[in-house]
Amino acid sequence: MTIVYDDRDGETSDVPVRRIRFTINGAKKVAEVEPRLLLSHLIRRGVGLTGTHMGCDTTNCGACTVLVKRAGEAGEGQAVKSCTMLAVQADGREITTVEGLATASELHPLQEGFSDEHGLQCGFCTPGMMMAAKALLDRNPDPTEEDVRWALSGNLCRCTGYQNIVKSVLWAADKLRSQSAG
Amino acid sequence: MTQALDEIKIGGLGARRKRVEDHRFIRGKGNYTDDITLPGMLHMEILRSPLAHARIKSIDASRAWQIPGVHLVLTGEMMATRNLAWMPTLSYDTQAVLATDKVRFQGQEVACVIADDPYIAKDACEAIDVDYEPLPVIVNPTQAQAEGAPVIRDDKENQADNVIYDWEVGDAAGTDRAFGQADVISRLQLHYPRSHPSPIECCGSIADFNRATEKLTVYMTTQAPHIIRAAVALVAELPEHMIRIISPDIGGGFGNKVPVYPGYVCSILASILLERPVKWIEDKSGNLISTHYARDVYLDGEMALRRDGKILGVRMRCAADHGAFFSDAQPSKFKIGLLHSAFAAYDIPVAHLTTRGTYSNKAPGGVAYRCSFRVTEAMFFQERMMQAAADDLGLDQAAFRRMNFVRDEDFPHRTPFGFLLDSGQYRKCLDVGLRAVGYDDFRQQQEEARKRGRLLGIGISTMTEPLGAGNSREYDILGIKMFDSADLKVHMTGKAIVRTGAKTQGQGHETTWAQIVSHELGIPAEDIVVEEGDTDTAPFGMGTYASRSTPVAGAAVAMVSRKIRAKARRLAAHLLEVSEEDVEWELGRFYVRSAPERGVTIQECAMAAYSNMPDGMEPGLENTAYYDPPNLTWPFACYIVTVEVDPATGVWDVLNTVAVDDCGVRINPMIVEGQIMGGLTEAYAMANMQFITFDAEGNCVGANYMDYLLPTSWETPGFELHSEVVTPCPHHPIGAKGIGECAAVGGPAAFVNAVMDALSGSGVRNIDMPLLPDRVWEAITYGRDISGAPPVRSDD
Repeated sequence: MTIVYDDRDGETSDVPVRRIRFTINGAKKVAEVEPRLLLSHLIRRGVGLTGTHMGCDTTNCGACTVLVKRAGEAGEGQAVKSCTMLAVQADGREITTVEGLATASELHPLQEGFSDEHGLQCGFCTPGMMMAAKALLDRNPDPTEEDVRWALSGNLCRCTGYQNIVKSVLWAADKLRSQSAG
Repeated sequence: MTQALDEIKIGGLGARRKRVEDHRFIRGKGNYTDDITLPGMLHMEILRSPLAHARIKSIDASRAWQIPGVHLVLTGEMMATRNLAWMPTLSYDTQAVLATDKVRFQGQEVACVIADDPYIAKDACEAIDVDYEPLPVIVNPTQAQAEGAPVIRDDKENQADNVIYDWEVGDAAGTDRAFGQADVISRLQLHYPRSHPSPIECCGSIADFNRATEKLTVYMTTQAPHIIRAAVALVAELPEHMIRIISPDIGGGFGNKVPVYPGYVCSILASILLERPVKWIEDKSGNLISTHYARDVYLDGEMALRRDGKILGVRMRCAADHGAFFSDAQPSKFKIGLLHSAFAAYDIPVAHLTTRGTYSNKAPGGVAYRCSFRVTEAMFFQERMMQAAADDLGLDQAAFRRMNFVRDEDFPHRTPFGFLLDSGQYRKCLDVGLRAVGYDDFRQQQEEARKRGRLLGIGISTMTEPLGAGNSREYDILGIKMFDSADLKVHMTGKAIVRTGAKTQGQGHETTWAQIVSHELGIPAEDIVVEEGDTDTAPFGMGTYASRSTPVAGAAVAMVSRKIRAKARRLAAHLLEVSEEDVEWELGRFYVRSAPERGVTIQECAMAAYSNMPDGMEPGLENTAYYDPPNLTWPFACYIVTVEVDPATGVWDVLNTVAVDDCGVRINPMIVEGQIMGGLTEAYAMANMQFITFDAEGNCVGANYMDYLLPTSWETPGFELHSEVVTPCPHHPIGAKGIGECAAVGGPAAFVNAVMDALSGSGVRNIDMPLLPDRVWEAITYGRDISGAPPVRSDD
């Protein structure tokens, strides 16, 4: 991020910056970042995609979960809690956030499922939940309830009690399977 | 003749309408406080005390001021020059905004830095040198009242000790007499551990003072924006019309976002001083160690019993640890909230409650965490006591409850503490629950399992609780009466906007308020937009907490709709060229009584209000209603849990959770079920793992999500919900009762009772929450009670 400082007698910041290149939701980006900048802050403040939420700063709550893919990796990559990764570590990677789930004309089945099964209340954990669920469905298109509960156990929700979140993910899995069968 | 509208199809009362707020949330397009960026915005971070009790000898912020990008460093001394070092609390005490003389709990706000970037602000906080002189620390009511205990609040005149108040309610002499006549006296002592509501989104604010207009706009995480506006007007001495509080999307509240926090105050002052927007977003650790906790009470009670099981009287003593400042958010007449709602569901002639509140070197609070002001503690004690008493009498848990319930034919019923219950079908709820869980079969299984060394248990919790404060005669906060409001504007094409004084935090008001309007006016719910949280546009209300939205603001929505309908009737008479008395109403349409085919829709009336009103009629179709409920609402709930306890490890697994909730008429059953499941999860959390404790030095153990355990999808059991029993609230315009917190209030005792039932016959009477495996194992292995908060390992 670029910061304009007050000029106080020629004094300048000695914080170093690194240039990184990354792709986010299909768009290529270049950024100058402090080495200590968290990926979550790059996404929220740098790119301006505020759907990735910050809940705990300690990699516990999962509200900041995004997908990160190495060059050449298949699919959209792994679910990563973006507060536990530095922006510089995203250099050369492809990132998918909640804003990248839907296409211009169509919601992702996970988004439909969460709405249909009342899988959200305050909505704060929802983007992270959906991204963790997407990583699950990418590698396991036909999960059991137990599979879903285990895959989402790194994401905290205080509103729903999880039962409807699990139903939402199973709803999406069903729809994705019938889409690929059709 | 036109076909009558299908209310469910238009999204009216009872429709499982999908939530409209979801459209933005599932796309990552919510608008939470931290998502807002204003031009020229600066960032604030808070420096917190590492010590629980210490005198501040000096604060040296000179190094912080030198860091490029730092605009302001605020300390208590600077706040004091503006008379802002202290602020009033919601319970007629004072709370430090930034510490001046002493720090009184770990995590207390000492200084804050405003900088170009939050990272710079955090660096600068690290560069502030504070010299502390440590003082002896108090972490519980016993220490607080010990001889020679240090006086925590030596800032207050006439405060010679650590006692905040003594409060009592009920009939002491009558209760003594009842105990004199008892065949059996049952006794139970327990501790409801300190907990934190812990919404995933932390607190935060963006204060934006505009020198040109003199207007202060604050975007903030508040469940009660109008109370905040009043508080800012009174504390900061700004004119109320120049203060605009906007509560955008809130990432969960659960009571944590009701109070006024020092961070809000500092961001406001900083914005006024710097004339730029100042954003403060708390980190999780700051949220957990400094913002309002809940519970932390010690309860000791006795029940006078006749041999056949009839309860003759109840006596309760409570010791409440309020932390460093008495800042409970609660109705002002009740020092320990509505703790005296305990035992309301049972027909008990006489009762007495005494409470002493004390200070400690812990974070302040006593907030109503998914709770109607200490009702959670009340119902937990009640249902643990019921289990202990049934055991003492050798009676069946379900039968003992049933014989003491207030009966359907006895409403209205006055409780011994003075509450008036108006409706319910308690026995029916219990029967539905027992049948659903297969009570008799389970008792047989339990007996057979015992023979093979397996420990099965079943726990029952039945309760009614007071939800939806006011009425205004008895309920106020700092003198402001607890009513609520709704404002409805019907546009000329029949579309509408409704605004209330409540503020949704996940409860789905944007969906359900439209359903109430739809029910009253026949306007399809999708044609109605709901807006809350902006004090410049919303009518004055007391906000959302204590399950008061549907009982109070929801009622106001119904009442304002009826005002609109009354005016629309006059417009209809004009359009139909008949007298008003000849006009009949059916959903969405007025018609001529003698000629039902002649009618006009509500939409045609709306158009007429702007284009064809009768002579002398005020144009437009807009109105506001303020609703002061005649009574609280009294939902009833029966929660039954079955568990298996592993005697070798103390681990317990939930086998089945059955919830029977009678919350009157359900506006949107889907949302109601979501509320119940969320509440059950918090109940399970408190019974199983979720607590905050402190070591002897006052260090908070539970300062992050590695120490403060919240259940995940893996641990959380599944829930079986029942909605067969519906007893409409007799005084609510659409018959609804509160529901948001019932399961969190009544649920914990069901889980604990189930584990205790599994241990029956072992000589263990009580294990205090949380029922961690090591505590359960210790109780089983040594046959002894486990009391108090879990001890903290010490290096000593």
